[in-house]
Amino acid sequence: MSGPLASQVRHEVQLVARNGEQLLLTLGIPVLLLVFFSTVDVLPTGTDDPIDFLAPGILALAVMSTAMVSLGIGTGFERSYHVLKRLGATPLGRGRLIAAKVASVVVVELVQFAVLVPVAFALGWSPPSPNWLLALGAVVLGSVAFAGIGLSLAGRLRGEINLAAQNGLYLVLLLLGGMVIPFDELPAVLRTVATALPSGALADVLRETLSDAGTRPATSWLVLAGWAVASPIVARRLFRFD
Amino acid sequence: MIPSSGASPADRPNHTGSVAVEVEGLTVRYGELVAVRGVSFRALHGRVTAVLGPNGAGKTSTIEVCEGYRRPSDGRVRVLGLDPTTDQTRLSERMGVMLQEGGISPSARVRDTVRHYCALYGRGVDGDELVRAVGLEERAGATWRRLSGGERQRLSLALALAARPEVAFLDEPTSGVDVHGRDTIRTIVRDLAAQGCAVVLATHELDEAERLADHVVIFDRGAVIADGTLDELRRGHDEIRFRSTPEIDRDALAAATGLHASPLGGGEYRIASVPDPQVVARLTGWLAEQGHPLLDLRAGAERLEDVFRRLTSAGGDTPGATP
Repeated sequence: MSGPLASQVRHEVQLVARNGEQLLLTLGIPVLLLVFFSTVDVLPTGTDDPIDFLAPGILALAVMSTAMVSLGIGTGFERSYHVLKRLGATPLGRGRLIAAKVASVVVVELVQFAVLVPVAFALGWSPPSPNWLLALGAVVLGSVAFAGIGLSLAGRLRGEINLAAQNGLYLVLLLLGGMVIPFDELPAVLRTVATALPSGALADVLRETLSDAGTRPATSWLVLAGWAVASPIVARRLFRFD
Repeated sequence: MIPSSGASPADRPNHTGSVAVEVEGLTVRYGELVAVRGVSFRALHGRVTAVLGPNGAGKTSTIEVCEGYRRPSDGRVRVLGLDPTTDQTRLSERMGVMLQEGGISPSARVRDTVRHYCALYGRGVDGDELVRAVGLEERAGATWRRLSGGERQRLSLALALAARPEVAFLDEPTSGVDVHGRDTIRTIVRDLAAQGCAVVLATHELDEAERLADHVVIFDRGAVIADGTLDELRRGHDEIRFRSTPEIDRDALAAATGLHASPLGGGEYRIASVPDPQVVARLTGWLAEQGHPLLDLRAGAERLEDVFRRLTSAGGDTPGATP
């Protein structure tokens, strides 16, 4: 691999791999949650084996961790440190910079799935008739939606405030997103909010495509697609390179 | 020299002496604030042009327009014959930029970052050689956050060199750099100019500008107030400067020698005079007669720092070398 785009992708992946906090966020926490809650049956998952509920939810969490939080925090600090400004004076250009960031998200997600799916299988996950192709489509939509949210925050807020905002949002979307806590366990008001969130929609769609166990798949597809269209538009309007 | 790898780098004709940067009537406004008003100057290939000025004088805004970061509100800017606003992609392939703030991720390692920028520019520069050229080979595996201020400056300079630039905008390249690091940076800047690159140096360090610059452009309150070579800016401002005790009788000195000394503080005095050996002999003779020590003596052209003070202070002399 050579040329500006390939070099930028390599550089982006190197920085993620070298950043302990990002590795914890993108791999450590999802693996920990998957292993812990599937072996310690404390969640009201409503399934015979908690792994059947958890595995698709944790895959959705992994997508959110990478496409929103990791990308958003990294990009926010790059703005603060004038990295984006410096790159703006190279032949890379905005188009290839964005393409490199997308590619680095894809690479990290591939690594996440290469770790999480075998771990889930090892923990007893056996989806009856998984549609991996449809699940891939959901992951793409989810990645776009979360990247738009992450970049909207990163493109406006100062580095430290962006860090706090991304982590706060991550926690809210994790708890309300049907990833580890089923929608039905939430109070009615929160349930309504949760179904409109991208995290809830992605978790539900993945549960439907992989385990045929979505609660409202049609609505979730629409919600997910809506976020995938709207959030990049917002990011484009809000984002400042410096 | 900028190190190259493999096949011949982008060979370019040496345009030394021709115009690389042309700024005409540039105005930059931020809302109601006019940061730059009608500025004009040129920077030539093969020359080091120092852009000087107090904080807020408009030099950063001007250079950011030249780099393509900012649109001019009015006026015309051409860099290598290109409009930096509309031709930034083409220009960036031939332009080296060193930001004052660095622009490098804290967790990025020196060698990786330099190699990465060499790949971004694709100008045949060998990253490992470049690391050596800026004296960072022993820190090649260190991350940006672990580098000293001077090492960070040298890494930032290396990224500008990765472009094998035909024009280089260097913002405060020696700020926070130790003596040896400064020597390295000066050598690199001189080499760049010797290879035909137009080097535009924005700095507060007048001593550095005096050592490096062929051409000086001084900004004040959004305007260019002086533009010329060092000799042009100093012309007509010769002086004799000496240091003795703070209590010398200046009236007695003037009566005995005809020399009028202005106190500069700390026992330092300045006499506006050509550096004539007979004048110096009169001064030193009088000091000896009076039993005053001679702690320092310098005769010749005004220092750039004094030119700068004279031109940028309110109510100062009218600049003689304004375009």
